[in-house]
Amino acid sequence: MDILYLLIPLSIVLVFLIGALFWWAARDGQFDDLEGPAHRILMDDENHSNTKHR
Amino acid sequence: MEAAPSYNYKVVRQFALMTVVWGIIGMAVGVWIAAQLAWPELNFGISWLSYGRLRPLHTNAVIFAFGGCALFATSYHVVQRTCQVRLYSDKLAAFTFWGWQAVIVAAVITLPLGYSSSKEYAELEWPIDILITLVWVAFAIVFFGTIVKRKTKHIYVANWFFGAYILTVALLHIVNSAEIPVTMWKSYSVYAGVQDAMVQWWYGHNAVGFFLTAGFLGMMYYYIPKQAERPIYSYRLSVVHFWALIFTYMWAGPHHLHYTALPDWAQSLGMVFSLILLAPSWGGMINGVMTLSGAWHKLRTDPILKFLITALSFYGMSTFEGPMMSIKTVNALSHYTDWTIGHVHAGALGWVAFISVGSLYYLIPRLYGQTQMASVRLITVHFWVATLGVVLYISAMWIAGVTQGLMWRAVNVDGTLTYSFVDSVKATYPYYAVRVVGGVLFLSGMFIMAYNVWKTVAGKQPIDAPIPQMVPAAATAPA
Repeated sequence: MDILYLLIPLSIVLVFLIGALFWWAARDGQFDDLEGPAHRILMDDENHSNTKHR
Repeated sequence: MEAAPSYNYKVVRQFALMTVVWGIIGMAVGVWIAAQLAWPELNFGISWLSYGRLRPLHTNAVIFAFGGCALFATSYHVVQRTCQVRLYSDKLAAFTFWGWQAVIVAAVITLPLGYSSSKEYAELEWPIDILITLVWVAFAIVFFGTIVKRKTKHIYVANWFFGAYILTVALLHIVNSAEIPVTMWKSYSVYAGVQDAMVQWWYGHNAVGFFLTAGFLGMMYYYIPKQAERPIYSYRLSVVHFWALIFTYMWAGPHHLHYTALPDWAQSLGMVFSLILLAPSWGGMINGVMTLSGAWHKLRTDPILKFLITALSFYGMSTFEGPMMSIKTVNALSHYTDWTIGHVHAGALGWVAFISVGSLYYLIPRLYGQTQMASVRLITVHFWVATLGVVLYISAMWIAGVTQGLMWRAVNVDGTLTYSFVDSVKATYPYYAVRVVGGVLFLSGMFIMAYNVWKTVAGKQPIDAPIPQMVPAAATAPA
């Protein structure tokens, strides 16, 4: 099963990359507000996208 | 372009409309080959129309043409609206559209001609593989470029799902399609035997996870809140859903190779990871469905929400069924039977197609400066026709699959097989006929959609919505 010498290291590298990304996201404050973003996309009113924004 | 900054809706429109076109073509081929299984004369003795060549055309057309165009359209729309900037590059975005259409047209020509690398869901030969890579790199640049120049500090969760889908599919495609060309239209995989099988299903199942799940979850996390006009049930859970899914996904593939030459421990590993996936999947499903908590009445009147929420129900069903089928003892019954086909279509029709169709019904009118489709009634008709189609399809395949599995393992007291293979084929016949009916219903739904889309957009002015000049988002966070 030589292929596992490719696939398993690849997974490990990926897990570290994902971990690094997670660390960046946390440091960047992406998880500081876990309520507001859900509401914010609704304030972007596209129902009247053919008219000028308020 | 104009003085007022606007979103690039042109590329979104192109992909959105082509989603409907390729949906009809891909599903029509599906109905055709389903009919061939019931009535084999339908290949008319013409090799180009034979099942073995049309089947990869069907899978490529529905996954990469229909699903792919839907993902391009929605990811370009969502990333612009949630980052409040225009796409990073209009030219590269246009290249992704025309490049992707070229890939699909090449598939439509080469697959019936018999040019195939014979790797499931990666049948396209090496020149097309290279074009796919180029388009995908351009897609990644446009998408992540847009994220980088965003005007909002926070990156909305849907973009994380879309981003994971783009990066992972790039990696899967490059590793799995590593091949040595021998002529213009023939290549051999660099892997052989069980190694190739392992790479193939590492690719195959992760394609299910990232192309057919993560990407469409991106859609779910934007279009369900927008259509319901309510925030997602728990934003915190959606973030947990994302990280849990991507940390645990990568090793489910070996469950496609139970009881093969793959080492036993690798099979068991695949099974364990498949079982783990139930948790994040159901977390996400519950999060989406509960968004309607306190507003369930909307489901009665809003057919778009019917599509979106039913999609999640099918997502929940398939993500329960999948881990269950990955258990080796269950797999001993289900593997190689039509149960697998039923499972795939519960996901593909019930989840992928429903969430795409629902999202497009929200999106398309807005690309033409309108607030809803020409006929809301026809959306309702589409919903019921499509739902009936899916239910007929998957029930027929469940019954057929379990029947086949039981017949194949039945032995007489003297140890000989009770049934020959052809006995199981004969037993399957009525279910194949029922499946054709289910497929025809689902396809009719797509025609209803095409008509409705035509009535919505014909003669209407396409718009590029202006980018709202908002005060910094963080300052306006609602209480």
